[in-house]
Parts: sequence; structure tokens; C-alpha cells
Amino acid sequence: MWDYLKLVVLGLLAVGAAIAANYARDLAYLVNAVTIMLAAGITFLVVLRGMDEVKIINRNEYMDGVVRAGVIATAFWGIVGFLVGVVIASQLAWPWLNFEALQGMGNFGRLRPLHTSAVIFAFGGNALIMSSFYIVQRTSAVRLWGGNLGWFVFWGWQLVIVLAATGYVLGGTQSKEYAEPVWYVDILITVVWVAFLAVFAGTLMKRKEPHIYVANWFLLAMIITIAMLHLVNNMAIPVSFFGSQSVQVTSGVQDAMIQWWYGHNAVGFFLTAGFLGMMYYFVPKQAERPVYSYKLSIIHFWALIFLYIWAGPHHLHYTALPDWASTLGMVFSVILWMPSWGGMINGLMTLSGAWDKLRTDPVIRMMVVSIGFYGMSTFEGPMMSIKAVNSLSHYTDWTIGHVHSGALGWNGMITFGALYFLTPRLWNRGGLYSLKLVSWHFWLATIGIVLYASAMWVSGIMEGLMWREVDANGYLVNAFADTVAAKYPMNVVRMLGGLLYLSGGLIMCYNLWMTVRAQPAKVTSHAAVPAE
Amino acid sequence: MCAKKVTQKPEDVPTTGHIWDGIEELDNPMPRWWVWVFYATIVWGIGYSIAYPAWPMITKATPGLLGASTRADVVAEIKRFDDANATIKQALVDADLTTVSANPDLMSFAQNAGAAVFRTNCTTCHGSGANGIEGKGYPSLLDDDWLWGGDVENIYATIAHGIRNTTHPDARWSQMPAFGADEILERPQVAEVVEYVLQMSGQDHDATLAAAGEAVYLDNCAACHMEDGSGDVTQGAPNLADAIWLYGGSRDAVTYSVVNARFGVMPGWNDKLPEDEIRAVALYVHSRGGGQ
Repeated sequence: MWDYLKLVVLGLLAVGAAIAANYARDLAYLVNAVTIMLAAGITFLVVLRGMDEVKIINRNEYMDGVVRAGVIATAFWGIVGFLVGVVIASQLAWPWLNFEALQGMGNFGRLRPLHTSAVIFAFGGNALIMSSFYIVQRTSAVRLWGGNLGWFVFWGWQLVIVLAATGYVLGGTQSKEYAEPVWYVDILITVVWVAFLAVFAGTLMKRKEPHIYVANWFLLAMIITIAMLHLVNNMAIPVSFFGSQSVQVTSGVQDAMIQWWYGHNAVGFFLTAGFLGMMYYFVPKQAERPVYSYKLSIIHFWALIFLYIWAGPHHLHYTALPDWASTLGMVFSVILWMPSWGGMINGLMTLSGAWDKLRTDPVIRMMVVSIGFYGMSTFEGPMMSIKAVNSLSHYTDWTIGHVHSGALGWNGMITFGALYFLTPRLWNRGGLYSLKLVSWHFWLATIGIVLYASAMWVSGIMEGLMWREVDANGYLVNAFADTVAAKYPMNVVRMLGGLLYLSGGLIMCYNLWMTVRAQPAKVTSHAAVPAE
Repeated sequence: MCAKKVTQKPEDVPTTGHIWDGIEELDNPMPRWWVWVFYATIVWGIGYSIAYPAWPMITKATPGLLGASTRADVVAEIKRFDDANATIKQALVDADLTTVSANPDLMSFAQNAGAAVFRTNCTTCHGSGANGIEGKGYPSLLDDDWLWGGDVENIYATIAHGIRNTTHPDARWSQMPAFGADEILERPQVAEVVEYVLQMSGQDHDATLAAAGEAVYLDNCAACHMEDGSGDVTQGAPNLADAIWLYGGSRDAVTYSVVNARFGVMPGWNDKLPEDEIRAVALYVHSRGGGQ
């Protein structure tokens, strides 16, 4: 009965998408509609072929298939994101790489959101979804709630990524930074995200442990807050049911404020709270040490969750935003410093008594560097939110350097650590194929980040100083083009940093692949839910 | 590191008793320095939000004890320079452009201001060195080849009103016919006149075709570009006899120009910039080397 219902829904969806494609008013919409039609059609066939099969599901086992798929997707989208990053960094250094034949598709303006979304939502999003599914099962000692809903979340998210990415290249965008997906993709994101919340909360509710583990607080906070942010920031009215363009409900400075309330908390909840959830599980597991301080985890969790949501206005200092909002954004950002560092302290101090593992275990080393970059970025952030600093740093490469020391250093490195932790366990292998390759990855990535971040500091501060330089009569000293020309060497270094980081990522993929292929399987399966 | 390992044995601190998937939690207190820095930032935050505009009320936000306002700061900053420059700017507006160079103080101010105005507004097309983009229709301002006249008053008029734009009624205006596209000339005639132009500018050419092209040129082109190809600054007709080409001097480029014509546009600036800045940038451009 349930299968028949699925078939009806999928069939309607495929036909509906085909009709929509026929009436499409723009290319992005057309391609997206055809993609949805194909996705619904393929799923229809898969469901149809599986109708008569008797499915044997051992409810006493963790549901790890979807986590395995998530590991593969995370690694895949990571490489895509890094690669597009290297491409657009090269386009900045050498503008002729914006090829004439690819104008309107392959130029920097179209590829830049592809890079940011691929890294944040495809790489980061898959990392968060798969770690959430893994962690919540282990720390609740139950199988994932909702049966195949977990698979719906996984495939739904991949569809979101593909629709958004093809849309950007073809011009389907809302032009809101980090919220570029157009209105119908936003609806799909909402559906998938609510399913994610249901799976996660459902699993927590049937947990066998008396308490909820700290990692799950962070992950749940991430899921709930992102849902709220997404809904509010994407309030828009489509121009046509058959077109990708829409009009925002709010306008002017209100729209800007909502956008950066969203934008900053995408950083705060997606890339900070969510990844802290990963950190709180993978670091103690890999180090085999207890979490340093339960008290600290409670206090810094609630302080972080309460304070982050107010910090958005610091993205709009010295704009049409009123002074009072600017002040509050800055004050909350500065107070946020210690709550952010609570996570760093708890992560690093968890290694107390296990510091010797830094010598022998490159995965731990990766996690430590990740926490280090987390600490650095969460100091740099409050500092840059101070109005006087922001008047120099805003709009310059410094901001981009800050984002990348967070994204490459913190999010990337902790995700790599998680992938190295999960792959042998999920595929039931004795260990990683090569620790030496992990070391190579570690050094390539670390040097890459350092090159990137330092190039952007130099370039950003130089840019800021050149822009504001006026002569004795109050006239500007530099043309904008002068600052662009002056940035050339730093742009080259930035590209090289990205290239090193990408190479490290490729080495990781090879290592994980060989772990699954070449390492002998372990005898005992450990995927069983504990009997307690 | 060794000392730490001994004193910080996890066994010294009790755990909370919870275990998740083998993970335990120690019941360590929060680090004191962390707590105190956290408190300090909160105290600072309260103080700062009393001193500066911060809390939204029903009709407006609290102004803060210091009365700070970023908008007022910007207004004051602009006013400071406006006040300081008011006299000399007025002098520039009142001056006869042709005689400014005789007044060193005024000229030096205009040069400086003009350079800044140029960097901010003109470099996009004419390049930060004012050398234009050869062959793309953005003329160099460094040479003595002027489309609409290179004396300071003509430069001023071009900047103030622009060229072939639809927004300024006094914009410079002229239009070359599209001799090929509009079928004013036959295909062979186009080829002939192109060879004649190449000959006129001292380039490699087919002498037979060029000879035939002379008549075509005199009938169709000489009215604007003059019989000797020297052009006419009153109509913005470029000199065809020199080596400087706005849209390129190759056979292909010249053929394209004859067939399709060119229609270079420049915006006028008198609705965007104040009078003193237009005058300053005119003097700046005039002094770049090509001024007449």
C-alpha cells in the first residue's frame, strides 16, 4: 500500500516536472525541471522493481548504508568544491581564464556561488548529515528512526545540490549570498530538512541512553536553527510558476539585515554548531579520552546558541543599517568570543593525557589543527566585528581569508578527521590503508591553508589601506584598478594554497578508496546495536 | 608535556557517570581564566551599549552617552575638506580654463584633484595610465591625436557633455554611415576604399585597388575625414593618415569600420560631478602630454 502511494506521488512528480519543463520561461528552470523529472522517474523505477522483494532488515543493526553513502558524497563534493575554488582563484589571478566562449556560464561570477555552495552545502552539508546519522545512532544506542526516511534525506540533499549547481551556472539565482537557490529549490530544501529533523529527533526520542550526548545538542540546535533561518530569509514571491526568478518579500535595508542574520548564522549554526557536534564525538573517540569538562560544555553550548543569533549586523557596519543595530551586532560578536573558545578548550583538553598520540596518529593531528584553526577564526571573527577594524577589513580579501581559515582549517580538517575515522569502521576494515598518506594530506592541507590565509591577510590589509588613502586635499590616492593590480602576487599564492589543499583532498580519496578495496575485512561486525 | 601527563591524569577527576558509545565526561570545573574573560566581555558589552547608540525603543533607539553617530562623523569629515578647499575650488570655477596654468597654486590643486577624479571615474575605459585600450574604441589621452579637439576647452566640453549619449542634450554628436551594411557602397567598392585608406596611412596595400579606391574615398569619405585623410575634430572624424587607430588599422578592422561604421559613446559628467571636479579633470587630461 505504502509502495503504491510512493509510486503515485513519484509518477505525478515526474509528469508535473515534464509539463513544467514544457512551459519553462528560462533555461535554468527548464534544466531543473528535466532534472526533477529524471530523478522522479528513476526513483519510480527503483520503487517499482523493488515491489515484490521481501526486504530483510535487521532492526538490531545500526543503519549504516546511508552513512556510507554520505561518506562517499562528502569526499566527492569536497573535491568538486576545492576544484572549482582553484579554478576561480586562477580566474582572479589571470582574468583571461574567463574564456570568451564560456561567458555567461564559466566566468567568475557564475562559478563563485558554485564554489561556495559546493563547499558549504554539498561538502559541509553531507558531512553534517552523515555524521549526524552516525553519531545519533551510536550515542543513543538505537537504529536510525524512520526507516528509509534517512535515505530520502540523503538523496533529497544530493538533488538539492545538483539543482542549485546547474541553476547557478545557467543564471538561476536569488542573488543572496549563501542563499542563492531559487524558490522551488528552497521548497525542496525545506522538505528535506524537515525530514532530517524528523529522523534525528525521532532517533533521539527512542534512545536507550538516559541522557542526550553533548554532540547531539549541537547537531539538533543546528538543524532547528537552520530551518528557521532558511524559512525567513527565503520569503519570496515567484514571478511565474514556470520561471526560476522571484521577488523578495522584504526590500532595502530590511532585506539586507535578514540576509545577514541568515548569512552569519549559516556560519554560526551550520559551520560552527554543527561541526562542534562532530568534534564532540570524533575527538574523544579518536583520542580514546573522556571529554574534558561537562560543565564547560553546558555553559558554552547555551552561551553560543543564545549569542550567535544576534551577531549578524556586524556584516553591515557603515551601511544604511542604523547605528544601534550595528552596535548590538558588534557587542554580541565580542561577547561570543569566550563561548566559541569553550569548544576549543574542551576539544584540546580532551587530549590531555593523550598528547603523545600527536606523534603517532596523523588523524589526531588533523583534528588538533582543526580545533586550532577554529580557535583562531573565532578570535579573528569578534575582532573583525569591531567597527574600527571592520572599516579597514570590510569588502577586502581579509574577510575571504577569515572565511577560509574557518572553512579549510576548521570545517575541512575536522571533516577529513571524521572521514578517516569512519571509513574503516563503516566498511568493517582493520584500519586505514596508509597513515603515511594521511600525513601527506595533513601537511599539504596545513601548508595550503597557511599560504591562503597569509596571502589574504596581506592582500586584504593592503587593499583596505589603499582604498582609504586620501591626500591632503581629501582626494583619493588610488584607483580601484590599482588595488586589483597590486593584489596579483597574493592572488597567485592564494591559488597555490588552494592547489595544495586540493591535492591533499585527492590523496585522501585515494587512501579511503584503498582502505575499502585493499584492506582485509575485520572478522566481527560491530554494527550491532548494543543489547542493553 | 610529561609533567602535564602526570598531574592531569583523568583518574584524578571524577566523571559525570554518563557513558555514550564509550565516551565519558570528566567533571572538571570551567577554566577560571575562561570564566573571567567571559564576564569581562559581558561587562564591556554593557558599558559599550550605554556609551553608544544601542537599544531600540518605541520611536527611536537609545542615542548613547557619548552621542556618537557614524553618519554625523562622515558629514563632519566631508565638511572639513569642503571647508578647507572652498576658496580654491571657487577660484577654479571662476577661472578662465586657458589661463589656469599661469597660476601655480591653482594649477597644482587642479592637477591633484583631476588625477583623483580621473582615477575614480575615467580609468574604467581609458586605463589607469590614461593610455586607453588600443583597437577597442577607448582612445589614449596621452598622444596629440584628438577626436573632438585637444585644447582645454574642447576637453572640458567633451567631459561635461559626453559623446553620442542620449542623456545630455549638448553631447558631441556625429554618425558615420554603415557603408556596407546599408548598401551605400558595393562590395568591390568597399575593398577598393579600404586599400586606399591603407595606402593613405602608409601600410601594405594593393596599389591597383587603392587607385580605384581614391574616387570612392573622395565621393564618400572626404567630406568628414578630409581629402588628405587628416580628419575633422569638429565632427569627431578620426585622422586616417596616421598610425593611430581607434578601432584598429588592420585590413580586417578597417573593412569592418567601413561596412558597419562605429559609434563610440562616452557619458557626460556634468550631472554626476561638481563643476570644479570637471574643470580639474579637464586640466589634468590636457596636461597629460597631448594637450593643444
